[in-house]
Amino acid sequence: MNNILEVKNLNKVFEIKKFLKKSLSLKALSDVNFTLGQNVTLGIVGESGCGKSTLAKVLTQLEIETSGEIELLGKKYKDYKPREFHSLIQMVFQDPYQSLNPRKKAFDIIADPLRINTDKSEEEIRELVYSMMKKVGLRAEFAQRYPHHFSGGQRQRLGIARALMLRPRVLILDEPVSALDVSIQAQVLNLLLDLQKEFSLSYIFISHDLSVIQHISDKILVMYLGRIVEYGPRDEIFLNPKHPYTKILLESAPTLTVGKQTKEIPESAKGEIPSALYLPKGCAFSPRCPMVTPECLQAIPELLNKDNRLVACFNA
Amino acid sequence: MLLEVENLNIHFKSDRSKNPIHAVRDLSFSVKQGEMLGVVGESGSGKSITNLALMGLLPDSSLVTAKKAEFNGHNLLSLKDKQWQKIRGREVAMIFQDPMTALNPFLSVQFQMVETIKAHMDISKKDAIDKSIELLSLVGIPSPKDRLKAYPFELSGGMAQRVMIAMAISTNPKLLIADEPTTALDVTIQKQILDLIKMLQERQNMAVVLVTHDLGVVSQYSERLQVMYAGEVVESGPTKDLISHPEHPYTHALLGSRPGALVDNLRRVPKTILPSIPGIVPSFNERPIGCQFSPRCEFVTPECQRSPIPIFESEPAHREYRCIHPIEHVVIK
Repeated sequence: MNNILEVKNLNKVFEIKKFLKKSLSLKALSDVNFTLGQNVTLGIVGESGCGKSTLAKVLTQLEIETSGEIELLGKKYKDYKPREFHSLIQMVFQDPYQSLNPRKKAFDIIADPLRINTDKSEEEIRELVYSMMKKVGLRAEFAQRYPHHFSGGQRQRLGIARALMLRPRVLILDEPVSALDVSIQAQVLNLLLDLQKEFSLSYIFISHDLSVIQHISDKILVMYLGRIVEYGPRDEIFLNPKHPYTKILLESAPTLTVGKQTKEIPESAKGEIPSALYLPKGCAFSPRCPMVTPECLQAIPELLNKDNRLVACFNA
Repeated sequence: MLLEVENLNIHFKSDRSKNPIHAVRDLSFSVKQGEMLGVVGESGSGKSITNLALMGLLPDSSLVTAKKAEFNGHNLLSLKDKQWQKIRGREVAMIFQDPMTALNPFLSVQFQMVETIKAHMDISKKDAIDKSIELLSLVGIPSPKDRLKAYPFELSGGMAQRVMIAMAISTNPKLLIADEPTTALDVTIQKQILDLIKMLQERQNMAVVLVTHDLGVVSQYSERLQVMYAGEVVESGPTKDLISHPEHPYTHALLGSRPGALVDNLRRVPKTILPSIPGIVPSFNERPIGCQFSPRCEFVTPECQRSPIPIFESEPAHREYRCIHPIEHVVIK
């Protein structure tokens, strides 16, 4: 069994109820399929509203899927008991200022997952907490401090330590370095790479920063309005993107090339991601696509194998 | 020179410590008309405080001193509140990181734009509305007439930032300060907003100070670059030159710690350890006596820690750096 995580036909629909009006349904995720192998990092990119965070929430069951199936280590999500489930999959959040309880000491923040999910004695927990703090680069004397004593980078280390306490197999990282300064960002990325090797972790890494994604991922999943538009190995996607949306995304990313920008974004692609409440009939990207053809307006393109990756575009 | 600042120092009174906090030290820089200056720095580097000082928006607990702080013929140090009101918004305008919190959620776009325009210009409400429509279409908002009636929550982040820009340029300011204008936005929107600022800079011959933490952003848009660290300028010069040949070890390390193989001149292998800068920026009350970067610097010598480091200039290239051991570059001809 090679796949740690297997996601099949995942759908998530939010019902938006309006008083005295017909309720609307928002398709946050449509037909999402992917697999995640051991020691592999899957990078998820897309603009706000594309469903990346919803996907993270469904994978950790903070939101329950509308339909579809997720298998973790070959066993269906619904067959897991909560304790067993939480010890296999954990999450690190974007904002280290909001995701840590300000009234708890660092020691308790890291120890709580063990206290809640295991029957270990305080003595054992103490030992595990201190060894984990050392691994993530927090000094032992920090244990009795409160979150406000820590810098952003240290808080994120705390969040990572907390997520790893139950020795999960999968870590969902939702924009884990976006709130950090550039020099600190490199420290945290290095820590994540080290930990991945040490604990054989699989990562789902969500970020809007393409250079971070390119550095840390093995495979890339590009999402647009709740659908996968392109999915494949990192170098295929970054060096030879096929979907027009992936191309535009990569061209928009600021790079350290000095002087005039290399490429202009096509006029049609300017503007913004439309609301997921009113999806076009055909391809969701068609209103912004520079390569749009009549076919695109009629049907939703399937995710098909092409040039070593999956791409959902009639004209790719 | 449109803006000239020499030896600017900003102190804050603090309840906790006897000595005032020295937030910005010995900052000297200038901006020419129609030029874009990029300012890069991490949190705590003093870049936002400097901007607020230029807008006259610092709280009363602050103490601003400088050898010279001149903007468009005004001495910024001796201005009274009334005089500030004439300059702020009219000659120098500012846009902020989060457009959603900068707009008043209870008031329509029209109300906020007309209020701004009428505060600075003696025109009728009808003319102010017409001008608002004109400005909104200039900043690329589709169907500006309808958008004028919208409330901020009905706008996306990118649209709200466009509205902020429209308000900021409504008085044809000489200088626009953009403090992390795209940090809250998606990459595709970021590029559009930066292109817009660049277009307005060129069209209106307006000077722009673009503050950001992203070296990629400034490298593409600004002509000159200024790198700040712990309240000081550590390095400044023409963007292209500075990025390809950083003199200060901090700039060098900052460029090196950028992830991604998109970094030019450098084919970085993904999933390898990034060169990172150890430690963190010193807090206001723990700043070293000598070079601010010395505790984290790989080239540190005892000399660096003895006394404050002056600015060195390399004349032909218009480069300045605050380091006694600058990184020597072999010039390839």
